[in-house]
Amino acid sequence: MNILYFLVGCSVLMAIIFLAAFFWASKTGQHDDVYTPGVRILFDDEDKSDEHHISKKSTS
Amino acid sequence: MENPNEIATNELCYHCGELLDNVRYRLDNHDFCCAGCKGVYKILSENNLCNYYSYNDTPGERIQNNSHYEYLEEPSIITQLLAYQHEKASIVTFYIPAIHCSSCIWLLEHLYKINNSIFSSRIDFLKRQVTISFKHEEISLRKLVETLADIGYEPLISLQDVVKENSKSINKTLVQKIAVAGFLTGNVMLFSFPEYFGLNGFEAQFQKLFGWLNLAFCIPAAFYCGKDYFTSAITSLKHKQINLDTPLALIIAVLFLRTAFDIIFAAGPGFADTLTGLVFLLLMGKWVKQRTYHHISFDRDYRSYFPIAVTKLQNAKETPIPIENVAIGDRLWIRNGEIVPADAILMKGDAWMDMSFVTGESESIHKVLGEIIYAGGRQTAEAIEIEVIKPVSQSYLTGLWNNENYKANSKKQNFNDSVAKYFSLGVFIIAFSATTYWLLKSDTQKAWAAFTAVIIVACPCVLSLSTPFTLSAILSIFDKKGFYVKNTDAIEAFAACDSIIFDKTGTLTTADNSELLFIGFLDYHEQMLVASLVRNSAHPLSQQILSNLSCANYLPVSNYTEIPGKGISGAIHNRKLYLGNASILPETLKNIHNNGVHIIIDEYYKGCFQIRQQWREGLPELLNKLAKNYKLHVLSGDTDREYSTLKTLFPRNSKINFKRNPHQKLEYVLQEQQKNNKVIMLGDGLNDAGALKQSDFGIAITDNINNFTPGCDAILTGKNIGLLPNFAALSRDGLKVVKISFAIAILYNCIGIYYAVQGTLYPLIAAVLMPISTITIISFTSIATHLFARKNKL
Repeated sequence: MNILYFLVGCSVLMAIIFLAAFFWASKTGQHDDVYTPGVRILFDDEDKSDEHHISKKSTS
Repeated sequence: MENPNEIATNELCYHCGELLDNVRYRLDNHDFCCAGCKGVYKILSENNLCNYYSYNDTPGERIQNNSHYEYLEEPSIITQLLAYQHEKASIVTFYIPAIHCSSCIWLLEHLYKINNSIFSSRIDFLKRQVTISFKHEEISLRKLVETLADIGYEPLISLQDVVKENSKSINKTLVQKIAVAGFLTGNVMLFSFPEYFGLNGFEAQFQKLFGWLNLAFCIPAAFYCGKDYFTSAITSLKHKQINLDTPLALIIAVLFLRTAFDIIFAAGPGFADTLTGLVFLLLMGKWVKQRTYHHISFDRDYRSYFPIAVTKLQNAKETPIPIENVAIGDRLWIRNGEIVPADAILMKGDAWMDMSFVTGESESIHKVLGEIIYAGGRQTAEAIEIEVIKPVSQSYLTGLWNNENYKANSKKQNFNDSVAKYFSLGVFIIAFSATTYWLLKSDTQKAWAAFTAVIIVACPCVLSLSTPFTLSAILSIFDKKGFYVKNTDAIEAFAACDSIIFDKTGTLTTADNSELLFIGFLDYHEQMLVASLVRNSAHPLSQQILSNLSCANYLPVSNYTEIPGKGISGAIHNRKLYLGNASILPETLKNIHNNGVHIIIDEYYKGCFQIRQQWREGLPELLNKLAKNYKLHVLSGDTDREYSTLKTLFPRNSKINFKRNPHQKLEYVLQEQQKNNKVIMLGDGLNDAGALKQSDFGIAITDNINNFTPGCDAILTGKNIGLLPNFAALSRDGLKVVKISFAIAILYNCIGIYYAVQGTLYPLIAAVLMPISTITIISFTSIATHLFARKNKL
């Protein structure tokens, strides 16, 4: 049953990792706007050639 | 089935959805209501952005006016606006009130197609903000804003929104604290289960490990998550007051000490789960209470009404300067439609000031050279030159915000804080009497156990949860009905009020549906002449006359001239037409004084169009209902010409006052408060700002929540004003719910205290009792508020 010591450590560690992930997400502003991305994803893709053309123009 | 729909949409402007009148602008088989809408469509179609119209029907909004953006070339203003700037790119965030649908998101995120110096643009829909990064070498900030304005998304740039950068970080730390508390609660619960389910001898070796782990988890729970309660308790004790945080801080401290004592001396399992659970629930309550309306600001003052920059005349040259740099003696150039930012003397030009927002007076005032023009007036005629006599921050109008009166009763005590005092006292009496009882029996261990247990069990946690849950449920019911209340404390203030003061213009009357009345006679041909003339003018009055006349076809106009703010003239088939206010009437007609749009055809006076203010719908019923519970007053800045109408609308014992300036309105509210009346103030303009702020519950009425509203406790959309008695009733019921749940909480506490005083409170009982009482209270409050909402027809 000594394995339990290890498992308890693992479970706490896992929880800490998730907590850290949440902190990271909140710090990088991923919770700031929870509405717009849901709308954004529904837009159709643009005509690819057109888009490519423009992005080329802007980077040149 | 599709046909009727199609016909219907054909009658609407393809861009903005406005009903088309007889004049149509056509492009690519689409009809537009005005040149502005057509212009936007043209830009979009040239840039391959017609997808804009495929996501929603008529997603656009009619372009209102063309503003001047010269000030956006001033470096000092640019640096104020930019969020970030480096060699190549700049990032700026704008607030754009016109954002309202998915098409807006799509279009504004494809700005790079219109101008490829724009790298990217990101929308935050709920906040109605767009963040744009652009190459500042290729496109100036002014050009960028003009591009946005061209496609119908004019950003709102005001001083206060530049300064706006608050409260966000506070909210973020609270969310992080909740996350930590949730993590701790979950883990502590996991390690407490074995203890409660019983350990056999073999497993008992883990008991110590679990205990120490729990203690370790308690440290951040008490000192990181619960830190605010300690600081709040200490500050309130310093002021010799007890708020609700004081007993909470005490309980957190006692829980922590008892747990540490139990675990270090192996005296028991400790109350780690109660402690972490308590902190978690408390923080949740706090979070529910913090309700943010992204698109509404309750703390607006004159700074968001004033422009960010004005045009200064220096050596006969126009230079834009930021408004805070305006100094005494500066010569300013105020164009038609611009606002006078500081008290000033008229030096040149003809001033027709629209002071409606400042004084409530609905007709524009004529000022002659050398007269003082007060800040806040809007020029409605040609451009004028003024000399500033007072700095912006000390003007007559802005003085309203510096008034000392406000600070006096800024802190209102709510139900919770007033109960907290008695609650803490009661708990201490029980705790000490239990301790002395056991000490007399010389059982020190039991004495310590009983003392801590009583304090733990008597936790006012439920009290601190029931208020936010009940009141925030009410808030969400309110905002579905177009009534946006600032916070939960404001609802308590609302429920306690016993008199209502109404402003007249814009509050009892509406600006939108004003009726156009024609006095005189026009035959059909003359109507056509007038319609043909006003068609050329963009002035709102002209538009209103045009829609009122509804002519089939129009005649060509020659010699068309528009004198801003005064009128228009032109010739049609050799007939001369004048339309405008009294100031352009020829000498022979100087005896006509009434306001409105006068019509002269071939030097014959034909009559005039008058705007009659319209009372809001359902006003008599509303006032009747309110009169049962409230004393009613009217405070108007306007002249008393509507006195007789108001007299019939209002119950006999209500007081009706006219010609009150903003400071007098504030004083009136103060006087009422000194008579121990709790006052609700309903107003709409800057002229009510002082009174709104001073009143116990200030409601700003607006027909469009994006419009400017002065600082207040709540914003009510004009069409829902009839529900005001229902709102008031629900807020009173809400307080009833809070009080009932307080009684329920005390019931639970009595059970806990029964065990606690005997010194036999096992941690499991505390750990079970707390969540159960919490769940009972939360479900009770949410069910009760919804029942009450239905009762009040909300």
